[in-house]
Amino acid sequence: MAENSAFAYAPAPESRAILDLAPSYGLFIDGEFTEAADGTVFKSVSPSSEEVLAEVARAGEADVDRAVRAARKAFTSWSALPGAERGKYLFRIARILQERARELAVLESLDNGKPIRETRDVDLPLVAAHFFYYAGWADKLAYAVPGWSPKDGGGAGPRPLGVAGQVIPWNFPLLMLSWKIAPALAAGNTVVLKPAETTPLSALFFADVCRQAGLPRGVVNILTGYGDAGAALVAHPDVDKVAFTGSTEVGRAIARTVAGTGKKVTLELGGKAANIVFDDAPIDQAVEGIVNGIFFNQGHVCCAGSRLLVQESVQDELLEALKRRMARLRVGDPLDKNTDIGAINSAEQLARITALAEAGEAEGAQRWAPPCELPSAGYWFAPTLFTGVTQAHRIAREEIFGPVLSVLTFRTPAEAVEKANNTPYGLSAGIWTEKGSRILSMANKLRAGVVWANTFNKFDPTSPFGGYKESGYGREGGRHGLEGYLDV
Amino acid sequence: MSDKSEFTRLGVFKTYKLYVGGKFPRSESGRVYEVTDSKSGAWLANAPLSSRKDARDAVVAARKAVPGWSGATAYNRGQVLYRVAEMLEGRRDQFTQEVVAAEGLSKSKAAAVVDSGVDRWVWYAGWTDKIAQVVGGANPVAGPFFNLSTPEPTGVVAVLAPQDSSFLGLVSVLAPVIATGNTAVLIAAERAPLPALCLGEVLATSDVPAGVVNILSGRTAELAAPLASHRDVNALDLTGAPGELAVDLERAAADNLKRVRRPHPGESWTADPGTSRLTAWLETKTVWHPIGV
Repeated sequence: MAENSAFAYAPAPESRAILDLAPSYGLFIDGEFTEAADGTVFKSVSPSSEEVLAEVARAGEADVDRAVRAARKAFTSWSALPGAERGKYLFRIARILQERARELAVLESLDNGKPIRETRDVDLPLVAAHFFYYAGWADKLAYAVPGWSPKDGGGAGPRPLGVAGQVIPWNFPLLMLSWKIAPALAAGNTVVLKPAETTPLSALFFADVCRQAGLPRGVVNILTGYGDAGAALVAHPDVDKVAFTGSTEVGRAIARTVAGTGKKVTLELGGKAANIVFDDAPIDQAVEGIVNGIFFNQGHVCCAGSRLLVQESVQDELLEALKRRMARLRVGDPLDKNTDIGAINSAEQLARITALAEAGEAEGAQRWAPPCELPSAGYWFAPTLFTGVTQAHRIAREEIFGPVLSVLTFRTPAEAVEKANNTPYGLSAGIWTEKGSRILSMANKLRAGVVWANTFNKFDPTSPFGGYKESGYGREGGRHGLEGYLDV
Repeated sequence: MSDKSEFTRLGVFKTYKLYVGGKFPRSESGRVYEVTDSKSGAWLANAPLSSRKDARDAVVAARKAVPGWSGATAYNRGQVLYRVAEMLEGRRDQFTQEVVAAEGLSKSKAAAVVDSGVDRWVWYAGWTDKIAQVVGGANPVAGPFFNLSTPEPTGVVAVLAPQDSSFLGLVSVLAPVIATGNTAVLIAAERAPLPALCLGEVLATSDVPAGVVNILSGRTAELAAPLASHRDVNALDLTGAPGELAVDLERAAADNLKRVRRPHPGESWTADPGTSRLTAWLETKTVWHPIGV
């Protein structure tokens, strides 16, 4: 965004020199980087510039099978290791991630398009913290699962499931990887992970972290590729556990695929969170929370606060403050440390956001975006606000997964609850009020797996995450996150 | 000097000091006592013979450290404890030698004991951000109230290190105290204090804040008595107290109702320790909040 003022920020670019990118990368199977069986490759593109970052192997069915067999073979010895020893590997990984955090942050910003301030200050610290947290559970599994008793297991504790097939999305590549791999390994499973095709690189760098940590071969396998590789992994008969984060549409397909099999499954799917602002909310704090709720990571967040439910009496005041704040958001180079909003992850996603925004206008909502100058190359979308939105509008019902906020209003708490719950999703919600008893009353009635009060988008490895209804099932993070990887 | 002369290099003796408030003082009394090799009886070192005043000073240092340490996030405490394990790993040979001398074990047995001690420390590093998830929780009270019970550190814990295990036992009693956010005044094993005094050097280079762990050496009975009756000590671990002394100390602790963990004679230091040494130093705070419009 161009600022004419003499006080405009000068560009503050993070150096790319810290990152050593090779021209091409293979699949990581059985501890080695290898080409795909049929030699197919694809390109990973930086969304902010459309520059090709690297060429990556594309996994086919034969590669999926090879990876699953490697994981199965490694499972015998990995699961037989004492928990304390498994934990030590994870502690090593956590430390190496901390040591290489800046390099990985730059990589993630380049490959995903999100601002460096987010990858550096939010994503990478959380990635390391997740491995650190689950490292500590590896030798304490008996305490993690209340249902377990000695006569069931007949031994040292609950047992791992075996081989976990894990499919992660493009919005938080490394963070989603840590949410899945860390608890799986801590519990004694081995994994085959398929990152999204638009963001394959950080998972491959993670493979190198595993190598540095001395992780036994086959315990972690990484398959870069397209949706067909993910589908083959999910359907593979020798995969005991499926963990998927992505769209509800694909989640439904997975639920059908695993039906009737013995596979355990965790689904972390879409959301359409309501951010509810009462008349007694601290306005400036709420505005900051609203901005964080929808524009953090360009709205590429399944728990994004994409619906604003504001009490009628403060709508005008709040919207004025919100527009003022939005006008100051800086859209631009993800590697610039001043940037607030980075690039949309892909051309496909940009087209989807654009189409839904146009549908919003067509259905009669009023569209507003601050005047700003978008870069010419890359995939960009200005932070956008819709008012005059009704419950029937597509932009109020469908997950946009972009920097688009729909504003609706309410008069009474009961109306707010009804509107907030009127969605097939049930992932998250926000409540802004100074009244503690109202927070708890509202939280009790909201059908959402995570409720934030006077804050938004807070994450921690000790805190469970996951949704109700069509936002999926199972939980990731916290003690609950281990259950999905244990035979209890 | 003749070119043909040979000599054995004269070693530099290590001075063993206390560890109080992040510093390494001698006893304020100026007293020391001889520590001997448990097998050969050979002299090893002069360890500080701490006084009652040393014990009181240690409590002051421990109390001063309580707000910062108990106020640190569980994750941060876990990072710090793991850092201690990293430093211990680098000193395995040193501690092996200390354990050989202190307990009369063969070098290989002593090495196994030290390895177990380092792993025990890692075990407790992993508990900092999980113990609240195992022993805390929400309570389904009858009525429109949000009710949450959460563990909270008790404060300053006086720990009598076990007399029969100078490293593994030492780690096993000290690590759970600080993992839970408490601070500790530790009395080293009377006849085998050297591994504990060495541990102070590890802690001093491991991001552990000053005063979180304070280590004294000397006569157990002489030091334990003022700690047991000290009104600014919140809890007492009697593991290293022999039978009749333990009873006397527990009576003294009753004056301000310190939490007391009694000795378990014959306690196995290699068995899975469970959570009892963590929960012994935790209080449970339950908070009520109305649910309503």
